[in-house]
Amino acid sequence: MSSSTMTPASSPVSAALRRWGPVAAAAALWWFLYSINRPFWDWLLFDVIGLDPLSRLGESIHFFFYDVTKITLLLTGIIFSVTVLRSFMSVERTRALLGGRREGAGNAAAAGLGVVTPFCSCSAVPAFIGFVAAGVPLGVTMSFLIASPMVNEVAIVMLYGLFGWQITALYIGTGLVIATLAGWVIGRMSLERWVEPFVFETKLRGKVIDPSMQLSWDDRLAMGREEVSTILRKIWPYLLVGIGVGAVIHGWVPEAWFAEHAVGPLGVPIAVGIGVPLYSNAAGVMPLVEALHDKGMPMGTVLAFMMSVVALSLPEMILLRRVLQPKLIATFIAVVASGIIATGYLFNAII
Amino acid sequence: MDIKILGSGCAKCAKLESLTRAATADLGIAAEFEKVTDPAEIASWGVMATPALVVDDEVVLSGRVPSPDDVRQLLAAR
Repeated sequence: MSSSTMTPASSPVSAALRRWGPVAAAAALWWFLYSINRPFWDWLLFDVIGLDPLSRLGESIHFFFYDVTKITLLLTGIIFSVTVLRSFMSVERTRALLGGRREGAGNAAAAGLGVVTPFCSCSAVPAFIGFVAAGVPLGVTMSFLIASPMVNEVAIVMLYGLFGWQITALYIGTGLVIATLAGWVIGRMSLERWVEPFVFETKLRGKVIDPSMQLSWDDRLAMGREEVSTILRKIWPYLLVGIGVGAVIHGWVPEAWFAEHAVGPLGVPIAVGIGVPLYSNAAGVMPLVEALHDKGMPMGTVLAFMMSVVALSLPEMILLRRVLQPKLIATFIAVVASGIIATGYLFNAII
Repeated sequence: MDIKILGSGCAKCAKLESLTRAATADLGIAAEFEKVTDPAEIASWGVMATPALVVDDEVVLSGRVPSPDDVRQLLAAR
C-alpha cells in the first residue's frame, strides 16, 4: 500500500489485480472449505478414526468440530463483507440523515440506520451527545442506540448458522420493530429532564470529519481484515466453550429434564433476566441455546434470550450513566426488556 | 505540534497513540501529546466515533485506526 513500493510501470489493470486477486482467491477458498466441512468431518471422525455416528460420543464430537468450523467460516465471511460495506457509512452521515426527522418515521429511520452504521458501543456517549446536541430527538437517538447492538453481525451469523435464515430474518425484523417502538415510547414520555443538563449545553466546535470519506478500496479491505481478526480473537474462547457445552447437551441431557425446567410460562422472563447481565458472549451463548432449543426450549424464548444478551449490556449502561440519570437508564432497560419479553411470548404463541 | 488523542481508553485508542508517536519520531516532529478521555470533551470536538486524532486544534481523523503511512501523511501535511 505504501507509495514507495509501487513501481512506476504498474498499470491500473495490474493494480486492480493486486487488490482483487487475493479477495477472489479468499472467496474461492472460503466456498471450498464451507462445502467440504461436513464430508470432511464425516470422513475423518467416522471413517478414519472409527467413531460410531450413532453413539452419543461420536455424535457430540462430530457436532463440535462441524459447528466450530462452520461458525468460524461464517463469522469470517460475513464480518469481512459487512465491515467493507459499512465503511461507506458513518455515524456522522447517520446523524445528518436523522437531523430533520420527526418522531415516528424518525424512530424507524434511526433503527434501520443503527443496523448499517459502523458503531462501537464504546462510542455510545460521544455519539449520544453528538446526536442530542445537534437536535436529534431523544427517542430517535434511543432507537439508534438500541438497534445498533441488537441487530449486529455476530448475532446474525450465530442465528443463521444454528437456526437458518427464516429465524434470522424474523430476528432482524423484530429487532427493528422493538428498537423503533421502544425509542418512540421513550420519546413520548418526554424524559429530557432526566438527561444530564450539560448534554444540551455542549457546543459542537470544529469541522466534522466524516470517516467514511477519503478511504480507498485498499483501506476498506484492510478494515475488513482487521475487524475479522479482532472479533475472532475476542470471541474464540466463548465460541469453543459454548459449542463444547452445546455438544454435551446434545449428547447427554435428556429432553424430559429440559421440557420440565424451561418451557413453563415463566420461561421468557427468566431467559431475559439471565440474558441482560450476560454481555458480548452471543458467540458462546447461542450454541448452548441451540442445544436447549433442540431439547424443547420454544423459539420465542430463544429469540428473547438472544436479544436480551446483545441489546442490553451492563458496560454500556455504565457508560451511558455519564449522560443519563439513573431513572432514565432504568426506564430505558424496562422499556426494552418489556418489548423483548412481549416478543418472546408472541412467538411462543404463534410459532 | 499539539496532538490530542480522543478516546475513552479502548485498545484502539492506545494503538492510535503509539502509531502517532512513532510517526512524529519518524518525521522528526516535536509534539506535545495529550489524551482526552472525557466523553463530554470528546463530543465537544464534534467527534462521535473514537478513536480520533486532533492536531493543532483541528480534528484530522475519527472513527478508525489508520495505517502508519496514513498517520505520517496526515502529520506531514500540517
